[in-house]
Amino acid sequence: MGKRIEVTDLNVYYGDFRAVEDVSITIEPKSVTAFIGPSGCGKSTFLRTLNRMHEVIPGARVEGEVLLDGENLYGPGVDPVRVRRHIGMVFQRPNPFPTMSIKENVLAGINLNNKRMPGSEKDDLAEQALKGANLWEEVKNRLNKPGASLSGGQQQRLCIARAIAMEPEVLLMDEPASALDPISTLAIEDLMNELKQRYTIVIVTHNMQQAARVSDVTAFFNIAGAGAPGRLIEAGPTEKIFSAPDVKATEDYISGRFG
Amino acid sequence: MTTISQSMAPGQLTAGRLPKVVVPALLVGAALLGVAVSLLVGGGNMALAAVLAYLTFLVAVEIAARIVEGARQAADRRATNLIVGAFVLALLPLGSVTWEAVSKGAARFDVTFFTYSMRNVVGAGGGAVHAIVGTLLVTGMATLISVPIGLLTAVYLSEYGAKNRLAKAITFFVDVMTGVPSIVAGLFAYALMTLIIGPNNGFGFAGSIALSVLMIPVVVRSSEELLRLVPNELREASYALGVPKWLTITRVVIPTAISGIVSGVILAVARVIGETAPLLVAAGFTASLNNNLFANPMMTLPVFVYDAYAHPGVDVQVYLDRAWAGALTLIAIVMLLNLIGRLVARRFAPKTGN
Repeated sequence: MGKRIEVTDLNVYYGDFRAVEDVSITIEPKSVTAFIGPSGCGKSTFLRTLNRMHEVIPGARVEGEVLLDGENLYGPGVDPVRVRRHIGMVFQRPNPFPTMSIKENVLAGINLNNKRMPGSEKDDLAEQALKGANLWEEVKNRLNKPGASLSGGQQQRLCIARAIAMEPEVLLMDEPASALDPISTLAIEDLMNELKQRYTIVIVTHNMQQAARVSDVTAFFNIAGAGAPGRLIEAGPTEKIFSAPDVKATEDYISGRFG
Repeated sequence: MTTISQSMAPGQLTAGRLPKVVVPALLVGAALLGVAVSLLVGGGNMALAAVLAYLTFLVAVEIAARIVEGARQAADRRATNLIVGAFVLALLPLGSVTWEAVSKGAARFDVTFFTYSMRNVVGAGGGAVHAIVGTLLVTGMATLISVPIGLLTAVYLSEYGAKNRLAKAITFFVDVMTGVPSIVAGLFAYALMTLIIGPNNGFGFAGSIALSVLMIPVVVRSSEELLRLVPNELREASYALGVPKWLTITRVVIPTAISGIVSGVILAVARVIGETAPLLVAAGFTASLNNNLFANPMMTLPVFVYDAYAHPGVDVQVYLDRAWAGALTLIAIVMLLNLIGRLVARRFAPKTGN
């Protein structure tokens, strides 16, 4: 588990509008890579292209290559559904399925895909995933309660458990803590540190300290102005980006002298 | 800041308030006045009394509130009274219909009514079992036809259409269908069946076709609205787990909206179950029990009521009593359906809280 992603010359379009321009980056396995940058700079859009979730948005299309351990996600005959089974995603707002219990939510990837699995195996998988998401102790006595009965932070960890129950190679997180309080945020950040032992993690965040705390590599995105496409300005080890970036715009953004 | 305390003269936050007894007292006074005037001039006309009482009450509250409380509070009371008035006005016909149906229908709401048909019955006695069975069969079959077509159309419009031309055209024609007069639906079904199987006196399935024409647009519109209400985040969550689109729709989107969809279907059933004209044309008329949807005319409750009222025998009251009992049965069936619908909806509703 934990695969390398190599992106070369990726462009993303919404209809005629170019949202992201010429991004090339390598995301190392079993590490946390953080995307930072101002709102509207295309980092969430770019994140979505890594498991073809952008295709859910009408009119969105991609030019370029995304290699998952050498296999092009945009090659001919590649099924986006299969891609997403290998590359999981956690969203900004916790989105547990309201019709399902906590346990059903964790097993949603199995159940919704009509996979056959003995009940005991399902129980084990649910327990493993919930333990992996640091949620087991809090919910083990109420697995049959609705997922929506949990607090926001617990719901987000439930969504992470749901994603890792699919045993993906890569986990994409789109501002996973921006809707949470500091304590829940800390829980999620601790979790990321554990998860990177097994998975490749890519996270989009607006929180500079969060990027500094959790990531091994940081990539800075920026836009030249309204209507201009987003670009990858600079990517490198987090320590370097936060102490001595090569590009002045990165330093300005990180130190708050942006714009 | 001394300026604030200076500008806040004592009593600036307080205002006059009408004592609690004033409004009920004015209501009683206005009612008495209305009745009195009506007795003196209108010969005790209740409607005149009610209208007079309401208008007097409005004016009296307005004056009292303006004197004691000021213009803003008076406007608030005026709006409240107008809204309550409109509510009562809307409720009156409902209460009146229920009361009339129950009081007049109770006379024949007996065992005979639910166990006998009208076969060989002239005058007193007889029942509506043939019409009840017919209504349940015809409406049930109409539901069986309409729900799959309507729901799948709604799924196309909300999940696949994405405002393309076909979806726009379908939406337009569904709206047109909503306005089709029910007799036209009946004639359509009758003509269609005549084309297929030749001349006939109507049969249950033709009635179901006619009702489907009326039901489908209602199911489509209500289901589409409810499917659109399902948050996009749930679809994305499902796609992100590698779930294909069709499974996302059948296992996530529809279950999330199912309680509303069920309510919409029940409303659509309630809308068509009382249709008379299309059933008279397409399902025909009979005095006998017929359990076969596909052969021979089938009686339905609305047609039963219409016939008992329009073509009474020698003892008119006997026929009218049967008509009222039929109407009461129809109301009871719709109420029962609503109740079942609510239970089903609650059973499937998204689980929240503890």
